[in-house]
Amino acid sequence: MSILINKETRMIVQGFTGKIGTFHAQDMINYGSTVVGGITPGKGGQTHLDRPVFNTVRESVEQEGAEASIIFVPPAFAADSIMEAAEAGIKFCVSITDGIPTQDMMKVKQFLRKFPKKDRMVLTGPNCAGTISPEQSMLGIMPGHIYKRGIVGVVGRSGTLGYEAADQMRELGIGISTSVGIGGDPINGSSHRDIFEKFEQDEETKLVLMIGEIGGPQEVEAGVYAAKNMSKPVVAYIAGLTAPKGRRMGHAGAIISSAGESAAEKVEMLQDLGVTIAPTPSAMGETIAKVLAKK
Amino acid sequence: MDIHEYQAKEILAGYGVRVADGGLAYSPEDAVQRAREIGGEVWAVKAQIHSGARGKAGGVKICKSYEEVEAAAESMLGKRLVTHQTGPEGKVCLRLYIEAGTNIAKELYFSLLVDRAHESIIMVGSTEGGMDIEDVAENNPEKIKKIQIDPAVGLLAFQAREMAFSLGLETSQISPAVKLITGCYRAMRDLDANMIEINPLVVTGGSGKLMIMDAKMGFDDNALFRRQKVAELRDKTQEDQREMAAADRGLSYVGLDGDIGCMINGAGLAMATMDMIKLAGGEPANFLDVGGGASAERTEKAFRLVLADEGVKAMLVNIFAGINRCDWIAEGVVQAVKKIDMKIPLIVRLSGTNVEAGRKIIADSGLPIITATTLAEAAEKAVQARNEQVAKEAEGVA
Repeated sequence: MSILINKETRMIVQGFTGKIGTFHAQDMINYGSTVVGGITPGKGGQTHLDRPVFNTVRESVEQEGAEASIIFVPPAFAADSIMEAAEAGIKFCVSITDGIPTQDMMKVKQFLRKFPKKDRMVLTGPNCAGTISPEQSMLGIMPGHIYKRGIVGVVGRSGTLGYEAADQMRELGIGISTSVGIGGDPINGSSHRDIFEKFEQDEETKLVLMIGEIGGPQEVEAGVYAAKNMSKPVVAYIAGLTAPKGRRMGHAGAIISSAGESAAEKVEMLQDLGVTIAPTPSAMGETIAKVLAKK
Repeated sequence: MDIHEYQAKEILAGYGVRVADGGLAYSPEDAVQRAREIGGEVWAVKAQIHSGARGKAGGVKICKSYEEVEAAAESMLGKRLVTHQTGPEGKVCLRLYIEAGTNIAKELYFSLLVDRAHESIIMVGSTEGGMDIEDVAENNPEKIKKIQIDPAVGLLAFQAREMAFSLGLETSQISPAVKLITGCYRAMRDLDANMIEINPLVVTGGSGKLMIMDAKMGFDDNALFRRQKVAELRDKTQEDQREMAAADRGLSYVGLDGDIGCMINGAGLAMATMDMIKLAGGEPANFLDVGGGASAERTEKAFRLVLADEGVKAMLVNIFAGINRCDWIAEGVVQAVKKIDMKIPLIVRLSGTNVEAGRKIIADSGLPIITATTLAEAAEKAVQARNEQVAKEAEGVA
């Protein structure tokens, strides 16, 4: 098994016919993802990449049984697209779009809470690289070929740092069950903790790697959850040891604004919670190998 | 994006919040003229820079004559004021705000902030105004009142009342306080602000009116596209020139104190690479995320930006290509190095899509580029090259 997506997951692309949407939809199809169509309001009825285009998400759910969606819509309209997906009954949505206003995301989160938890759409991102269940399916923009299928669940904010981890693991012969990008924004769809819950329940996943960074309370919250509720070992790396306080390091959410948000503080708290820390970004693979060997 | 105190006060006054009479001045003569227009016998001359804690840096002076106003203005204009929020380089003061002096009976604190943990706007109030709220939070946490605002329904009247009562106000002051709190909230919501801080919020002596004495507002950069009037308030003289130049080119750059320049794709990988440099015994000169789709043109711009820092002794390029392709990046690097006369060592580590083709382009270029295959190797080589460069330069001087 894997979490969130597998070979059978029926996917749509919101912002299907645009340049970026087209490029990545093609890449997902090439990887083997079951892309059943896409949404571009006003172009419903057309065919794009040999697949139907719909005006609304609801039509794609009704006619193609769409379950998961990926969003390439510009930031001004992305929050609306996310809520449209949730209302139409999509179960899992990835927002690649970067630069969505914070107050729009507050609305999105509030909107999602109106659904009972069992029916609530899982949102990851915005500003993330997507999710991949290696050798099965990809709902994202990552280079699929660097991922090997296996037993490690990966969750992280950063796209390229996730690639780095996947590459180190593959070099050591370690594979990944699912890798989930949750994005670098201050308010995001799913937290590390949310994804931990899913990995804990997944039989294929035997260990979880969390790739965190400075800013916000999410990494430590996930650590607290793991200490109380998880049977599987957790390895973490926290980026931003050299980041000065009060400066935004690229990601809108990567800013040390209060106590407990620096990399050193997070590392210390996670260690106290029993998480194994990869001391350097180039030691993510070997740290996982060591923990797996001990099991 | 941050704005000045006077701009924040103008905005909040538009939402029914009471502010003291004041005016903007660009010269000492202007300052005296504003004081005359305002009238009275006491004025505050306040440096307009994007920073709090201006008082301690000599950026706020209370004056009791026109001569004092002129002298205060003279002492601030054109100067760089250094506060604990500006960094050692300080911020240049080119505008002054001249305000009617206020008889202060009590100083309070009020702010609205984005609360990441609760994914909503949070209201924070305290009876301990006029000082650093972080110190109050540490030493007297019981003196801080926090109220979450539900994004679906917005601020409710009872919440504003609860906050007003927690500030220890008289019964007659509750209604004006609710109006002030509501006004601030509406400004936050309507203008996509991510922070409004009123410190201090004062109760005036005698009449017991509520008035905002200092006001800071920050805005969500992601929402500026729909807040044209807010975007127009941007003051580029208050921003780091290199960071601004980078932002205008679609690059994310933060200048730091070290001497190993960096160009990396992705914010997380950039932070991780900087960490590796530090662990290898070096110090990064900057954070620079070139983003996805780094074209040859963008690569060259990034090189120029990194090398504009004259303290840089070595440069490290670390690209993990996803959407990018290593061969495109390699072409860009080779072109940039040929165009720019680089006098310091360059270390390149490529990984991901089309890595073999990329490495071949670097190798075939005949340029003295140091290559690495792993992140750790790249950082170690960068630190080593930096040390050799420093030694070489020292020899040159001797």
